[in-house]
Amino acid sequence: MSAQKVAERSRPRVEEMPHPMESLLRMERIPHIWCPTCGIGTVVTAFASALEKLKWNLDKVCVVSGIGCTGRVAGYMRLDSFHTTHGRPIAFATGVKLGNPELKVVVISGDGDLIAIGGNHFIHAARRNIDMTVICVNNFIYAMTGGQVAPTTPPTGYATTSPYGSFEKPFNIPQLAESCGAVYVARWTALHVRRLTTSITEALQKPGFSVVEVITPCANYWGRINRLGTGLDLMKFYHDNAVIKHGEDTRNLDIEFQKPIVVGKFIDRERPTFLEAYNQRLSEILGDKFKPYGGKA
Amino acid sequence: MKYWRKPLDSDEIKVPRGEIHIIKDRCKGCGFCVEYCPKDVLEMSEEFNVKGYHPPRVKDEEACVHCQLCEMLCPDFAIFVTEKQDKEAKVEG
Amino acid sequence: MKADPKGVLTGSHFMDGDHACAEGALAAGCRFFGGYPITPSTEVAERFSQRCPLVEGIFIQMEDELASLAAVIGASWTGTKSMTVTSGPGFSLMMEHIGLAAMLETPLVLANVQRGGPSTGLPTLTGQGDMMQARWGSHGDYEIIALSPNSPQEAFEYTIKAFNLSERYRVPVLIMLDECVGHMTEKVVIPSATDIEIEPRKYYRGPKNKYLPFKPDKDLVPFIVDAGAGTRFHVTGLTHDYRGYPVMNAECQEELVRRLVDKIRKNADDIVEFEEEQTEGADVVVISYGITSRVSLRAVDLAREEGIKVGIMRLVVVWPFPEKRIRELAGQVKALVVPEINYGQVVLEVDRCACGRAEVALVPHGGGWVHDPDDILHTIRQAAHGKRVGQGVVEYSRKKRGRT
Repeated sequence: MSAQKVAERSRPRVEEMPHPMESLLRMERIPHIWCPTCGIGTVVTAFASALEKLKWNLDKVCVVSGIGCTGRVAGYMRLDSFHTTHGRPIAFATGVKLGNPELKVVVISGDGDLIAIGGNHFIHAARRNIDMTVICVNNFIYAMTGGQVAPTTPPTGYATTSPYGSFEKPFNIPQLAESCGAVYVARWTALHVRRLTTSITEALQKPGFSVVEVITPCANYWGRINRLGTGLDLMKFYHDNAVIKHGEDTRNLDIEFQKPIVVGKFIDRERPTFLEAYNQRLSEILGDKFKPYGGKA
Repeated sequence: MKYWRKPLDSDEIKVPRGEIHIIKDRCKGCGFCVEYCPKDVLEMSEEFNVKGYHPPRVKDEEACVHCQLCEMLCPDFAIFVTEKQDKEAKVEG
Repeated sequence: MKADPKGVLTGSHFMDGDHACAEGALAAGCRFFGGYPITPSTEVAERFSQRCPLVEGIFIQMEDELASLAAVIGASWTGTKSMTVTSGPGFSLMMEHIGLAAMLETPLVLANVQRGGPSTGLPTLTGQGDMMQARWGSHGDYEIIALSPNSPQEAFEYTIKAFNLSERYRVPVLIMLDECVGHMTEKVVIPSATDIEIEPRKYYRGPKNKYLPFKPDKDLVPFIVDAGAGTRFHVTGLTHDYRGYPVMNAECQEELVRRLVDKIRKNADDIVEFEEEQTEGADVVVISYGITSRVSLRAVDLAREEGIKVGIMRLVVVWPFPEKRIRELAGQVKALVVPEINYGQVVLEVDRCACGRAEVALVPHGGGWVHDPDDILHTIRQAAHGKRVGQGVVEYSRKKRGRT
């Protein structure tokens, strides 16, 4: 059957009701490219639910993503969205936010994109407390390019570029975000959809740099190379091994191979955002000559 | 003490009931909805959809309480639940 | 439309090229600058950071050059005119995002104050070694526009011109200054705002739900919108169709990349700009750009005193290259002399266009200083009497005379 026919059959028949999320998706591109049992679709559902809960003007929400499986999220959401270069969505989003501070900017990208090649931008945007929300989908691997090791791969985990098992200490993303100054840090798995939606809702409303890490199943690479089963088996693992500890010290949030994963909301604090600090400082120094920056003149 | 197990206002609270809609040809057969339905309403069917996956089917519609967990977990936007307005669900004893 | 008077520092100033470039940006309406310090371009960033809070702009020093250009692209998509500056090593880092800007067809300005290279090279001394990189630096096929000012006054004017061209053609525009022009202090006259023409952004005005980010107009340039305007657009660096959605096949690639390239090539006649003097009936024409064009004036004067019929052509827009005119000149003159502060970059284009009909002589210079006019004069003399036509680029080396 041709691809077009498959796509047509995947849309509900006219007399059936459309899925409630369809207004937020680019339906002409559904079904999406993510594998069966991949958790990214679940993260998109949680994000869309959070946006619906907030009842915001969605014309003012921008999604920026990088390269990778999660990077494709921008292409499926019916919002002003940008699919940029590998590792740079946070820098790009900084430009979008400062160009028009009325926009709500959300970066949805993967662990490799945000923490490896994009690590520098992550730590600086957190340090500056640029007002944006970062949803980091962590599947412990570089899936789009075929399953290479990532800076979040737990030690002894196999990947195509760690064929003898990884031996490097991985990044603990909540600890990294906290130490760099993020104001909201939470971690959930794709299974904890409702709490994830609540966290995303809180992160979106929080002024400043908020990070929500989502541990998601990757069946075709992480699961297959390490013989952990399908995405459903990985979800069952999250079910049996995720421990909710709100407010836990981020130093204790390391993830080891097939060991319990600590999830929850860890950091929720207040700090002036980049623009607040900019406006305050320049008003102090320049007085009346300075008009606080609010965007395009 | 069996008396205290039943909520005192259980006669007033209506348990919601849900009607499940499955967009069969969008399903990729992941099984999340079947596994995590708290009322065991769904099971994987034997039929094939257009892409060769087994979509879920409703095993016991009366038991659905419109929790929408299947709708939230589905990675492929292939299942959703609408609330049925007419009858009440069977009251749990 | 006219410039916004808020950003125009009308008056007669004594300032260097870097500062003039910053003033040109503000006059053109640039209100976002994301940069990273690198000698000799840092002064542009410093001036912008000092001036922009007073004109309701914003400056952010990003963590590296890659982030700088990424932020500039992001800000441009919100409707805010944006620019960044850099030099050689930073230019190399920005290559990926020049490609992204060309692919997303984002208007922006990138000024490269060239210095001696390669690698860290001569940070505080002049060079012109990035000219080919400006054209071919990023991977894949794309076209950009590059300008080459030779004085602080031109640094001011060409920055405005660069913004206008970037809005007109929805393309990143590079200003290839060099450290000499950047750090040279001269008189810069900034006119009043009503005397400065600004090209408005080519906005889409149709129904919001029917916007196609990459559907070309008759001139091959698509219309643009601002993020937040309600069109819910999607743009991607992947090969895409009119809707901005990725389409991975050869047909889409052909259609898209062909148009990206044609957008500049087919409009080249309107973009190309150069200045000529006494090229009619000349035996030798000196083709130069940037600071070297000023040094060449002296060499050409000396050559004319010796009776050599020499004309001079100065490239204002280096890319797209003025192929037509160079081809014409090659048929009329004996030799084309190209002095540049590198070991042969723009001269290769001149040679390509000359097609062996005129001798093409390079006067190279490794960087660190400008040419000695006598070196250019020496080559002009040799070329005027030489007969080495059709042998590719030739060089007439002189004996070393000590420190020049």
